[in-house]
Amino acid sequence: MSSEKPVMIEFKDVHKYYGDYHALRGINATIRAGEFFSLLGPSGCGKTTLLRTIAGFEGISSGAVMIGGEDMADVPANQRPTNMVFQSYAIFPHLTVEENVGFGLRKDPRSKAEKAKAVEDALGMVGLKGFGARAAHALSGGQRQRVALARALILKPKVLLLDEPLSALDKKMREQMQVELIKLQRQVGITFILVTHDQEEALVMSDRIAVMFEGQIAQLADPETLYRRPASRKVADFIGTMNFLPAKILNEAGSKVEVDAQGFGKITLDGAQVMSAEGSEGGATVGFRPETLTILFDGQTGSDFESEAVVEEVVYYGDMTYYDIKIKGCDTAVRLSMRNVFGRPVLDIGTKTRVAWSAGALVLFR
Amino acid sequence: MNGGWFRIYAYGFLLFLYAPILLLPIFAFNDGAIVAFPLAGFTTKWFDQLWVEPALHQALKNSLIIAVSASILSTCLGIFAARASTRYNFPFKGGIIGMIMLPLVLPEIILAIALLVVLLGVGIPLSIYTVILGHVLVCTPFSIAVLTAAFQSLDKSLEEAAYDLGETPASTFRLIILPLVTPGIISSLLMTFTISLDEFLMAFFLAGTESTLPVYIFSQFRFPKSVPVVLALGTVLVVASIILLTIAEYFRRRGIAKTGGKDTGGFL
Repeated sequence: MSSEKPVMIEFKDVHKYYGDYHALRGINATIRAGEFFSLLGPSGCGKTTLLRTIAGFEGISSGAVMIGGEDMADVPANQRPTNMVFQSYAIFPHLTVEENVGFGLRKDPRSKAEKAKAVEDALGMVGLKGFGARAAHALSGGQRQRVALARALILKPKVLLLDEPLSALDKKMREQMQVELIKLQRQVGITFILVTHDQEEALVMSDRIAVMFEGQIAQLADPETLYRRPASRKVADFIGTMNFLPAKILNEAGSKVEVDAQGFGKITLDGAQVMSAEGSEGGATVGFRPETLTILFDGQTGSDFESEAVVEEVVYYGDMTYYDIKIKGCDTAVRLSMRNVFGRPVLDIGTKTRVAWSAGALVLFR
Repeated sequence: MNGGWFRIYAYGFLLFLYAPILLLPIFAFNDGAIVAFPLAGFTTKWFDQLWVEPALHQALKNSLIIAVSASILSTCLGIFAARASTRYNFPFKGGIIGMIMLPLVLPEIILAIALLVVLLGVGIPLSIYTVILGHVLVCTPFSIAVLTAAFQSLDKSLEEAAYDLGETPASTFRLIILPLVTPGIISSLLMTFTISLDEFLMAFFLAGTESTLPVYIFSQFRFPKSVPVVLALGTVLVVASIILLTIAEYFRRRGIAKTGGKDTGGFL
């Protein structure tokens, strides 16, 4: 779907050095118009640096950053068609809310009344109608965030850059703002690029995500692919929870791979399920998410694969229960999650039960 | 004990600090040429004499010109240096800033003599302008110290936000940075003005035939009959300082209230 849209931003083999430190190591990526794109990674992975090369706050050592097909090498930050929402929000403390929001309109040739209207509209868009005359420093964290958004969006940039904008908010506020940001992005249709270290946030909000480690993009995919088919052990470890079991490769025929995974026995996997073992020590492993393993309550059967197991640990979350279970023949326990639907019991530690899985949920890292 | 001895120490310290200053007005209004108890009676004649002393007026005028010029010049230089040291990296930065700050700890008399020798050697005549030069040298480190703190507390992303919204570096400085460091600038102006106003050594060595207020006071102190007049002058200066500080404190608090900052204590 998104592939039909024109290219908005293109990184061509971007490198960035700080002295001897190689901060960006050959970034190649394309971000399309109207996309909600996230740069996700641990701190120090270069995601903020990459965002700042788009804004023009950081130069690059080699390669090219293109916006709308134009090389940005000689375009300073104040002339780029991008606007940024800073991690600290960077609200000008000596100005009022409307002066902050209208700051970028200073050189706008429109009349005073038209500009005031634009400011009022922008404030309305972020749910701050009537806050214009307030002193900026008197606002709460969430309100500052909204002012920062309005101030950036009023200039109708081609690209809105968001540098960990939600990290300073408490959990409830953050979840609320996530939803609002998604709605806002759909409403204005501007390309949003979000930097975050919070994998959940990236999964919730993004059309596509670039996972970065050590100055490189490890995987660029939509959230579902990223979650279900992580390109490497490293990505799998970073995104959500994944269980890993040692596996032996028995047979390779065409793109099919037959493995013997500990506890799971012989399974044939598709080529698309075979990923890089980067980030793991030792041999090949089979990985799966906690929710893809199911406890067979009340003697259900009928799965392709099932086995006996013992409950070793129970963590009750209200809507979910997490179990650490040991599948027969496994050295280590694996984690699985069950939704606590009505009438389903919570098992006790030591309960013997049966678990089932399907081959499609597995990923082989080799 | 609630720190009983420390409390006594603190009160003793304050008494030692301010009691002599409180004596100033007492003797300034005392009707007697000798500065001693018991007091002789109330008079304002010493203050009246202040009005009819042309040498004093000239010295005051000189001091004000010098103090205003030196405070403005050193604050401007301080702005440049503080900005450079807080925002940019350049080779030998630590050394360069250190050298600029050095007059803070150098014996002033050495600076004064060295400057005098150079000025005479180059052939520049001594005047209030050479005193301004000397005072800028002395005051700039104080300006830098005050302004560096002000610039350091400035969030770098505020500047970036202004560029991002289309401003140039120059207009960003004018619209964002300057308003936010204004309390620091006022603080620096006030501090350097005070330092220059009562600076003696530089003024004594570099003024030539001109005289500044401290030099005038020093010269008058040799004549016992002038002492009460000097005390009257001192009283006026104390009152003027209190008024000045009050005004400055008012503006500082207003500035803090306006930007929603946290009050971290007094001016200087």
